[in-house]
Amino acid sequence: MTASVSFWRSAGLSLLILAIFLGAWEIAVMPKAGGGGAALDPEYAALLGQAAAQGGTTPMPGPSAIGKRLFELLADPFYVRGPNDQGIGVQIAYSLLRVGAGFGLAAIVAIPLGFVIGMSPLLNAALNPFIQVLRPVSPLAWMPLALYSIKDSAISAVFVIFICSIWPMLLNTAFGVASVRREWLNVARTLEAGRWRTAIRVILPAAAPTIVTGMRISIGIAWLVIVAAEMLVGGTGIGYWVWNQWNNLSIADIVIAILMIGLVGLALDRLLGLGARAVAWRE
Amino acid sequence: MTAYVSIEGVARRYGPTTIFQDVWFGIARGEFVCLVGHSGCGKTTILNILAGLEAPDDGAVIVDGQAISGPSLDRAVVFQGHALMPWMTAAGNVAFAISCRHRDWSRAACDAAAREALKRVGLDHAADRKPAELSGGMKQRVGIARALAINPKMLLMDEPFSALDALTRGALQDEVARLVSETAQTGFMITHDVDEAILLADRILLMSNGPEARIAEVVVNTLPKPRTRANLHHMPGYHALRDHILDFLIARSRAFKADAPPADWSARAVPAVSPALSPSPLAAE
Ligand SMILES: Nc1ncnc2c1ncn2[C@@H]1O[C@H](COP(=O)(O)OP(=O)(O)OP(=O)(O)O)[C@@H](O)[C@H]1O
Ligand SMILES: [Mg+2]
Repeated sequence: MTASVSFWRSAGLSLLILAIFLGAWEIAVMPKAGGGGAALDPEYAALLGQAAAQGGTTPMPGPSAIGKRLFELLADPFYVRGPNDQGIGVQIAYSLLRVGAGFGLAAIVAIPLGFVIGMSPLLNAALNPFIQVLRPVSPLAWMPLALYSIKDSAISAVFVIFICSIWPMLLNTAFGVASVRREWLNVARTLEAGRWRTAIRVILPAAAPTIVTGMRISIGIAWLVIVAAEMLVGGTGIGYWVWNQWNNLSIADIVIAILMIGLVGLALDRLLGLGARAVAWRE
Repeated sequence: MTAYVSIEGVARRYGPTTIFQDVWFGIARGEFVCLVGHSGCGKTTILNILAGLEAPDDGAVIVDGQAISGPSLDRAVVFQGHALMPWMTAAGNVAFAISCRHRDWSRAACDAAAREALKRVGLDHAADRKPAELSGGMKQRVGIARALAINPKMLLMDEPFSALDALTRGALQDEVARLVSETAQTGFMITHDVDEAILLADRILLMSNGPEARIAEVVVNTLPKPRTRANLHHMPGYHALRDHILDFLIARSRAFKADAPPADWSARAVPAVSPALSPSPLAAE
């Protein structure tokens, strides 16, 4: 199935698809020659809110307009002019900070706990019902509870990230630890390696690829959830920024935000991909 | 014979089935003992009990006058499936074992000792390779180096060469024979290969078929040392010895019944024979 294709051929095709897509988009949004006064769907007008109420229409920007706007935004991504006017770089940095804090805390809790669960069939069986019930809950469902008990929207967003990151790491760590080969454990036992040395030198490296896979899934979910969480709590972050641009009807900014979210998500995944490669082993 | 290790009345049962019971034997210091028997009779189980990895359902293992309660650095195991850690290099695997033996040694000292141990099995050039980059025979040699590197009082080997091709196996057998005789290493090995047993063992324990397996006979190997594969089959008495063991595996292992044993048999004092000295009538048939 997956015969190897040359990089240049696939990259060329990718560029071609992109060019066709952007070209079609540009043509589609070009102002029509004899147009003017196209009747607006009333529902659509209602959705557009103030801008439509003022009689103005916001046309879908074409790639060239978006490109121009992207250039503007990236020319000074880190400016801060008051709480509601900060550069896109600053907003992404806020989001990354929240994801980093929530994900980091989750890793600190999930990996050691997963280790213990993986080593003890009793604990595994005892905690399994709780994990099974809590895991499928949308992390955003925790938001009201977090806001109520923490009373701080910024920390609540971090808490939501924490909750959504914890399950894949917990389950993968427990699974990885529980499925370490019996023969390696026997080697450690015959060497009288002791619990600590066995955990660090044998179980951890044996389970590391599975653990990192869990981390990779977690960070992907965290990055998905942060946008929604920031739309809810507001203030700062790329999610809030998207929502803000929607209120301003800056469609070009929204498209740019989507692109940026995608690129940052890709970068996060690649980062953990590097981690996965560092701990991989082959028999 | 004052035994360094003695296995006293050991049994293994799964529910109503008794795999083996009433197994008694001893291993003297500097002695090399092989256990031969058909698949499933419980050889690996006996080795694991001897290593302390499993507890017997009955009986005990006495080492140096003390009943064992678990595994020990004094009894190194060469596992059937080499059991190397794939994330460590060959030297790393051996150094890990050394660092367990010598808790106070520096990392560099462990590494140097590991390389020395690999050199003894002829693997100094492959010390920095991961197990995935080694052939089956090389992996098994790393496993042997790891076991020998901790200077165990006893070496336990579970069919260490069974997964190898005939040529590699032969070379490794000679190597182990040399290492064992150089250091007068006390050893216990499970094997299916009769020639391997004759090459390495001072005594060969023959186990009857399971369930209800027992040590049915003890064969004393009187062929002179050093033995190599090249000179083994020219030694007088070799053929008598070999035929005796093969006859056991083909016929007597099945015929042996624990509830109706031969007249001279008792579980605690299994009869010993030396077919190489006086070819037994059984072998002459
Ligand atoms: N969990 C278990 N439940 C029931 N029977 C078991 C269990 N584990 C092992 N056995 C039985 O115990 C017997 C001894 O197993 P063991 O691995 O010691 O055999 P072996 O002599 O080493 O065989 P081989 O030469 O094939 O390695 C086998 O007949 C096996 O079927
Ligand atoms: Mg076996």
